[in-house]
Amino acid sequence: MSSASGTNSASKPASTRAKPANKAEAAVDWVDGRLGLYSLAKANLRKIFPDHWSFMLGEICLYSFIIIILTGVYLTLFFKPSMAETVYHGTYLPLNGIKMSEAYASTVNISFEVRGGLLIRQIHHWAALVFVAAMFVHMMRVFFTGAFRKPREINWLFGFLLLCLGFFDGFFGYSLPDDLLSGTGIRFMEGAILAVPIVGTYIQMFLFGGEFPGTDIIPRFFTIHVLLIPGIMLGLLVAHLILVFYHKHTQWAGPGKTEKNVVGMPLMPVYMAKAGGFFFLVFGIIAAMSAIATINPVWAYGPYRPDQVSTDAQPDWYMGFAEGLIRFMPGWEISVWGGHTLNLGVFIPLMIFPLVLVAIAVWPFIESWVTGDKREHHILDRPRNAPVRTAFGAAWIALYLVLLVGGGNDLFATHLHMSINTITYAVRVGFFVVPVLTFIVTKRWCLGLQRRDKEKVLHGRESGIIKRLPHGEFVEVHTPLAQKDLHTLTAHEQPQPLELPAETDENGVARKAGVITKTRVKLSEGFYGEGNQIAKPTTEEYHEITSGHGHH
Amino acid sequence: MSENLPEAHGASHGTDVATHGDPFADPGLPAHEPRRTDIDERAAKRAERQVSLLFVVSMLATVGFIASYASIDADKIVYIFPLGHVSALNFALGMTLGVALFCIGAGAVHWARTLMSDHELPAERHPIEADDDVRNDVIEQFKTGAAESAFGRRKMIRNTLIGSMALVPLSGVVLLRDLGPLPEKKLLHTGWVEATANKPIKLVNMNTDQPMKPEDIVQGSLTFAKPEGLEESAEDFQQKIAKDALMLIRIAPEDIKDTKSRDKGFEGILAYSKICTHVGCPISLYEQQTHHALCPCHQSTFDLADGARVIFGPAGHPLPQLKITTDEQGFLVATGDFDEPVGPSYWERPR
Repeated sequence: MSSASGTNSASKPASTRAKPANKAEAAVDWVDGRLGLYSLAKANLRKIFPDHWSFMLGEICLYSFIIIILTGVYLTLFFKPSMAETVYHGTYLPLNGIKMSEAYASTVNISFEVRGGLLIRQIHHWAALVFVAAMFVHMMRVFFTGAFRKPREINWLFGFLLLCLGFFDGFFGYSLPDDLLSGTGIRFMEGAILAVPIVGTYIQMFLFGGEFPGTDIIPRFFTIHVLLIPGIMLGLLVAHLILVFYHKHTQWAGPGKTEKNVVGMPLMPVYMAKAGGFFFLVFGIIAAMSAIATINPVWAYGPYRPDQVSTDAQPDWYMGFAEGLIRFMPGWEISVWGGHTLNLGVFIPLMIFPLVLVAIAVWPFIESWVTGDKREHHILDRPRNAPVRTAFGAAWIALYLVLLVGGGNDLFATHLHMSINTITYAVRVGFFVVPVLTFIVTKRWCLGLQRRDKEKVLHGRESGIIKRLPHGEFVEVHTPLAQKDLHTLTAHEQPQPLELPAETDENGVARKAGVITKTRVKLSEGFYGEGNQIAKPTTEEYHEITSGHGHH
Repeated sequence: MSENLPEAHGASHGTDVATHGDPFADPGLPAHEPRRTDIDERAAKRAERQVSLLFVVSMLATVGFIASYASIDADKIVYIFPLGHVSALNFALGMTLGVALFCIGAGAVHWARTLMSDHELPAERHPIEADDDVRNDVIEQFKTGAAESAFGRRKMIRNTLIGSMALVPLSGVVLLRDLGPLPEKKLLHTGWVEATANKPIKLVNMNTDQPMKPEDIVQGSLTFAKPEGLEESAEDFQQKIAKDALMLIRIAPEDIKDTKSRDKGFEGILAYSKICTHVGCPISLYEQQTHHALCPCHQSTFDLADGARVIFGPAGHPLPQLKITTDEQGFLVATGDFDEPVGPSYWERPR
């Protein structure tokens, strides 16, 4: 042994690296020797980020998620996820001597006896609402700009899953305090589960550990809410961010920006300061909101009892569309296979809910199938330049809003002094009509904006200067656009619709296009055919107009 | 890359570029325009002071947060315009925390916007797809590995492996069995099932815990009831009341349209399940004039004068009615269970 170590020390210099200049460099050298820090940082320290306000939407999601985790850990230290009955004796006098579950009692304690507990509860709930809202808007940004296209389809799915899990984790969290409102929400879920054909009662018994409400549901929801779903979400979130980093950001068309580059400012220092600072801005605003605006005052609702209910029983807004579906659906209940009950009035909405979501999830694949486009895209579409996609997205939002009205029909009725029945009937009609109308209007609007862009490119901007010509005519002088604007307004691609293959092949043998091919061609026509996009101005058109004849 | 550089297009000298060549060509990255803080040292100094001021305010707010935590009672309520009466501690902690965090963020962003470089730089993108050499190499390596494993050749190993992998998750599914009991007939009956003609169960007022006589129930009123013996302190009270809860209404007998429903009642007193047949919310909004009951959750509306028929909303069938009568002392009693399960419908529910 000793001889071996002696040989090692003789041939000592293992590193040819220069001596570190200071202690900090020495420390980083140490880490690099273990983790390969320098190679890791090489690509990322000065990584370029394009700048656009809409890129902050995803950041808001990330930051509110971090805030939810921080405050959530704090709340678990005080919350008792138990349905054991207790009698309340605390500082909130209106509930004194009332029987309630440990879950509800500890929520009231957090609100009134733990110093700062109420604030953390409020921040947790507000951040959850901001989280889901930001995910919605972030998703819309990605959808309307076509940022989901290759190579980002998988990240679209990750984001979609995060949104769905966000819905459900929000619902589970909302249910935990075991107050009258949240208990009603769980009862709703139980009724929905019972409506599932064949296995409904089994799922219900297994989930609740017996009949409703039992004593297991809150502890089980607690585990799902704090461990299972956030765990999955954390994994998805990391994968989502790694892919964002790997793909690099998309960017808007503009001078110097191509599909092969990304133009912006480096991570260090600008984006470290901007993005890092933005976390504190989001946290600060949510904290101030929580100080000012009380949300979910469970002490006012009272503990849950299955035979009691409050009026305007409402879920959090993001569940409003599911609530709308269930409220406007007529009560269809049929008997099948002799003596079995199929509760269509609950089961159909229960099925529409995931179908609507799946339609969003698969959109990138539908679009690339219709266009046959297999290239990478990094330049964003202006929504107007993809009229069918934009119209589809707008129709989806319109449907969402209609369902939100349906989900809050009682609030609309009381606040607008309308008949709740009228509102419900209107929602029933609106469910089918409003998205179609929105689609038509949005598409026309996009085409109008495309025409205006074309006009602007060919004739320039209105200058506001009125000129009188020698023969007396008044004209407004139009200023030609700068080349950077001309480029920006004409940078988008205009895919051509697919065409049916020739009816006979090269040998003159008749060949029939299959149903799938025909559908694809039809859809493609619907996306890019005549009347679905305005042809971009061509160089010839531009030269003809600007060459002097009738130039105004 | 090169076609984006300005020289490739003969540079951008204003609008006259448009007259020759391609008017829509990319003119390349615009020249950097300096900000005020880049050229005016006084402006830069001012920005520096602003950033520092924000950080100092944050420090003060954190001190304020700790001071509030230590000095304000948790149950102190103050009036703050326009919020109204709010918890002083919650407001103080939230505002100080909010300011402390916000100012750090505002300082950092202001610093980045005014003092850090704002030169826009391009970075190259590379296609995500590997080039053909890499692709072919990897596929070759995989084929070698696969051949060495003999996975494709030794079919018996392959098939039994697939079989074992397919079966092993079943253990996980089986383990979930003890999460709860089987449904059996549990949803079919309520607590009222224990009532018989010989041993009737009294209807007890939900609020006063007292048995009721017909004369206690005023025409046009709505009363909530539970079976006698079901105490709030009982271990399974929540589970029982979720099915047993009743609403009693009294309607002039001649106003009751459904004769079967009238016969189940007593002198115009009708006992309906309080649990909505839609998804199980308790129904509690009663319109005296029309005898309509409305569920506040999803607005299912039942006509209590007509066998609790659904007249609006998503509920699929009428509310079950409990047959009631009086015992020898004149108290309202039930002598049996509902004819059908209460609450939301389910697959096995008889129809």
